[in-house]
Amino acid sequence: MTWDIVIGIETHVQLTTKTKIFSGASTEFGLPANENACLVSLAYPGTLPVLNKEAVMKAIKFGLAVDAQIAEYSVFARKNYFYPDLPKGYQISQFELPVVNHGYLEINNEGVNKKIRILRAHLEEDAGKSVHGIMDNKTGIDLNRAGTPLLEIVTEPDMSSAKEAIAYAKKLHNLVQWIGICDGNMQEGSFRCDVNVSVKPSGSDKLGTRREIKNLNSFRYMEQAINYEVNWQIEQIEDGHDIIQSTVLFNPDSGETKAMRSKEEANDYRYFPDPDLLPLKISQRDIDLIRSSLGELPEECFKKLTVDYKLNEADASIIVSDKKTYKFYQSLVASGLDAKITANWIVGNLFAKLNDHELSIDDCPIAQEQFILLIKRIMDQTISNNAGKKIFDLLWEDPNQNVDTLIDTLGLKQVSDLSAILPMIDEIIQNNPEMVEQFKSGKDKAFNALVGQVMKISKGKANPGQVSELLKEKLTKS
Amino acid sequence: MALTDKDIKKLSHLAKINISSDDELIVLKKLDGIMKLIDTMQKIDTTDVQPMSHALDIYQTLRDDVVTESNQKEKFLQLGPESNEDYFIVPRVVE
Repeated sequence: MTWDIVIGIETHVQLTTKTKIFSGASTEFGLPANENACLVSLAYPGTLPVLNKEAVMKAIKFGLAVDAQIAEYSVFARKNYFYPDLPKGYQISQFELPVVNHGYLEINNEGVNKKIRILRAHLEEDAGKSVHGIMDNKTGIDLNRAGTPLLEIVTEPDMSSAKEAIAYAKKLHNLVQWIGICDGNMQEGSFRCDVNVSVKPSGSDKLGTRREIKNLNSFRYMEQAINYEVNWQIEQIEDGHDIIQSTVLFNPDSGETKAMRSKEEANDYRYFPDPDLLPLKISQRDIDLIRSSLGELPEECFKKLTVDYKLNEADASIIVSDKKTYKFYQSLVASGLDAKITANWIVGNLFAKLNDHELSIDDCPIAQEQFILLIKRIMDQTISNNAGKKIFDLLWEDPNQNVDTLIDTLGLKQVSDLSAILPMIDEIIQNNPEMVEQFKSGKDKAFNALVGQVMKISKGKANPGQVSELLKEKLTKS
Repeated sequence: MALTDKDIKKLSHLAKINISSDDELIVLKKLDGIMKLIDTMQKIDTTDVQPMSHALDIYQTLRDDVVTESNQKEKFLQLGPESNEDYFIVPRVVE
């Protein structure tokens, strides 16, 4: 029997605001415990929540970026549950009337495009943190994170494999950073996914019972967790067991998912509108204002790169993987550089180096003007691509150097002068009769070896493209 | 809908409020009275009435994203029933 996999994802995106969603306490990460606690997050009687405008604006921005409807009227609700890191005894969230409804994100999985519908996105507050093991039989409570604004983004069950789920999560991760509503830091918990998984017999209209994998904060774990969960569910059903709707946790050490104890999930949240918060009204003026500040989205930039600049999809997706890289690339091309050569240099050389040193594009030691000059010298054939790499390495070591000076002092200027190259080619043909014979009997390797020899006696200065052309001409003529 | 003592047990569990067996019947009667009141209200035809989520027919004012609170950790920690220099301390919540 074959099975269909059905996946929906809920993502908690931490919004980048300076203050908490319902109070003026700072959201700065990494401070000692409880320095960002405040009367509102401690739930002192008499305090009242006051909604942060920036959190609302960022939620609207997201809605517009996924082509969703922005609710003119939305409502905050109390989600009631008891846990010590939630002193109020309820989380303020949105239930019936969320701020964002019905958008979509288009993903590309192994060359196939697919629309993933976004059912809703709602604003809510994060809880505090429970810290175990600081004292015997005790738990410590840190309320720094309590009240941090979250946007919970909920999809329809539109994904049908772990790969599609990852493609969606990555796309969303890219988008929320691109539009500047989230720092995307998964280790710090700024972007966490809950994945709902179920299986059903292939082609069946009836959805199977789902289990929800909680709190995945790495794409690798997400893929492992989904694959494990799918196999587990299929095995259970094939062995004649029913799937019981439940919440599961993924254990990265064992690679397994495991249901939380039923006590922990016996939740009955008793949602009701929060009487402390009046309904939220969003004006068309605010929506228009945010729309005009949205700028180009990654999707459009990707199209520009693949259609207008004719880059391959792999390079284009690396360049749009982050807004800074895209802007850097655009400014290079705007300065007159060839789009493809520049893309090759950014993806192939610059990124390799940055990754080796675990740096981001902001930390690149090489000045942009020197990087531009380097690519210009390759474009105008002053130096070969290989010589360019040599100079790139030297610039990385000592960013104060100048490309043109390095070309001169290292003697890397390419020889494109026929009268200099032709005698070298003749010499190599004369000295390597065996290789010439091999080439003539159809061995391409021999040809490359001959080009190599010419490059060697030119001390790397000959233009390899030109050498190759001239050599081929000579050999096929004679 | 009439409430049963089972409902009372569930509600007291969810609300984390202990209700002694002596009080159970009293609470049951009171809540049942409230439920009957709700039943009466449910009979009103509200087809053409827009639902309200708040008693006041106005909208909320938003706050600018500016830090107004300072670090008062020491004072706050003193107010908790138990704390050390960094955390509020509560009974262990995981096994």
